[in-house]
Amino acid sequence: MIFKTTLASTAMAASLLMSGSALAQTIGFSQVGSEGDWRPAFSQNMRETAEDYGVDLKFANAQGKQEEQLRAVRAFIAQGVDAIVVAPVVVTGWESVLQEAKDAEIPVFLVDRDVEVSDKSLYVTRISADFNLEGKLAGAWLAAESVGTCKIVELQGTTGSAPAIERKGGFEAVIDQFPAMEIVATQSGDFTTEGGKKVMEAFIKSTNNLEGICASFAHNDNMQLGAIQAMKEAGLKPGEDVLMVSVDYVPAIEDALEAGDANASVELRSAVGKFIYPVILDYLEEPKELDKWIVIPSDLHTQ
Amino acid sequence: MALAIILIIDAIIMPGFFEIRIVEGRLFGNVIDILYRAVPTALIALGMAIVIGSRGIDLSVGSIVAICGAVIAWRINAGDPHLLVFFYALLAGVICGMWNGMLVAGLGIQPIIATLILMVAGRGIGLLINSLYGGINPSFESELLQGMSTGSVLYIPTRLFAAAAVFFGLWLLIRRTALGLFIEAVGGNAAASALAGVNSRLITFAAYVVCGFTAAFAGVIMTADTHTSDPVSIAMFSELDAILAVVIGGASLSGGRIYLGMTVIGALVIQALTTSILISGLPPEYNLIIKALVVLFVLFLQSENARATFGLMFKRDVK
Repeated sequence: MIFKTTLASTAMAASLLMSGSALAQTIGFSQVGSEGDWRPAFSQNMRETAEDYGVDLKFANAQGKQEEQLRAVRAFIAQGVDAIVVAPVVVTGWESVLQEAKDAEIPVFLVDRDVEVSDKSLYVTRISADFNLEGKLAGAWLAAESVGTCKIVELQGTTGSAPAIERKGGFEAVIDQFPAMEIVATQSGDFTTEGGKKVMEAFIKSTNNLEGICASFAHNDNMQLGAIQAMKEAGLKPGEDVLMVSVDYVPAIEDALEAGDANASVELRSAVGKFIYPVILDYLEEPKELDKWIVIPSDLHTQ
Repeated sequence: MALAIILIIDAIIMPGFFEIRIVEGRLFGNVIDILYRAVPTALIALGMAIVIGSRGIDLSVGSIVAICGAVIAWRINAGDPHLLVFFYALLAGVICGMWNGMLVAGLGIQPIIATLILMVAGRGIGLLINSLYGGINPSFESELLQGMSTGSVLYIPTRLFAAAAVFFGLWLLIRRTALGLFIEAVGGNAAASALAGVNSRLITFAAYVVCGFTAAFAGVIMTADTHTSDPVSIAMFSELDAILAVVIGGASLSGGRIYLGMTVIGALVIQALTTSILISGLPPEYNLIIKALVVLFVLFLQSENARATFGLMFKRDVK
């Protein structure tokens, strides 16, 4: 039965292609897995928006394994899809399979993470959010809000992880422009509420109740939510005494923004289908050289 | 002694380290923080001390914490009375302990493997419970549970009273009934104690149930702290901290000895160290290395061989 429908849809896609219409493009999407909150929402959005763009999406979950992902991509090549979208599990080991796709004249688009290949023409472009930009936005908001004078405590993500490094880098790049802005304390809260709370408790003690501290920058909302709890328990007013800025824009931080406990959060979008599909469909209609990285814009939400 | 050294170093790097004030109706300061934050580790470590005393080990304590957190969020959102939810959470821990006890004592599986099963599966069970009613890291509000975790009575954090009660209860159980003696006997020499008429299987089983209970108690306090159930990350690596606390407390992993009081000191050493690192202002990249070095140093102090060697060197120097 499934075989029959696949056959039918391939046949349909083939006939549509032959008739020169670009209405029903078949796109294979190899996703990393379904860890965390963000990725399942991302997969869901890719599926839902596929219909809006008249795309027949073939979805493959690699369950965090690269060999699974390579198998899925090769299956897509064998099926002769119009384009392949890959959210790479890891950055290395892509040369040969991307070459196979290129030989079969199927364009490959990357979403989310990057790949390391010597020949950049093996993929068309990478369409993803920019962690560095998220840090920059948070820094820029804080610079404007504090008029360039601010002592900051920072809650870092898991030490050595890409979002932690990039968000810190972006944030520092902006605040370095302002001589009166500096990070006076920084520690890792491991991206968790528990971690954020512990670190903020220690900061409260080591800075004498956050005396002279004007802002708390957290690499994700969960840690910031923990920091808010710690500050309240110490009798401080987060959002009033101290500016609270973080990244992700999860539902709980929306509530905190509404309640005035947080001041700003940069959104890491999961609804990215509307940024990804147009790029692919435009390319399929008229192939041309694209930038190697198309950045999905980040929004900053305030109270 | 190790605890004293860490505290003295803290006092040097941060003036006002020992300062204690009253903020929001409770005591407030670094020392209070260390006591306060050490409670979950100490609770888990107490149960671990008993299991280790029986010549076992329980790797699943972090997962038991995760399961308890999920049970709490689930039942509170289902509208159960909060006192009942508290007992459900403890019951969940006891059931987990019975499972471990059954594998180790009933089926005779090696403790490290038997408890590894729940360690791996437990966080998944927590996620399953959460997804049962559609919650992704669900949060909850509970005056009772949050009061127990973050509240205070007579300026003293409530959780210190809770921990003291558990400690006293365990002390009675281990030192004022025959159970403690039996566990140490089984841990010391299972065959000999079986010949002496001790039901070693039942005793081993009991040790894991007690450990499940204390882990569940820690789970209640940790979950109520952030009033969120986060099975993926809560109490991550807490089994290692607990084992470390037991070992710093002077017990041997080969069983036969239970030191409850020293285990609590061990948990305080670990927390004093963690708090010191957080307030020291060192970059987070160094956290784990510093922790490892201090632990090495503490164990070095305890090692009789090392002491003997140092003693010899000292004597030579004198000559």
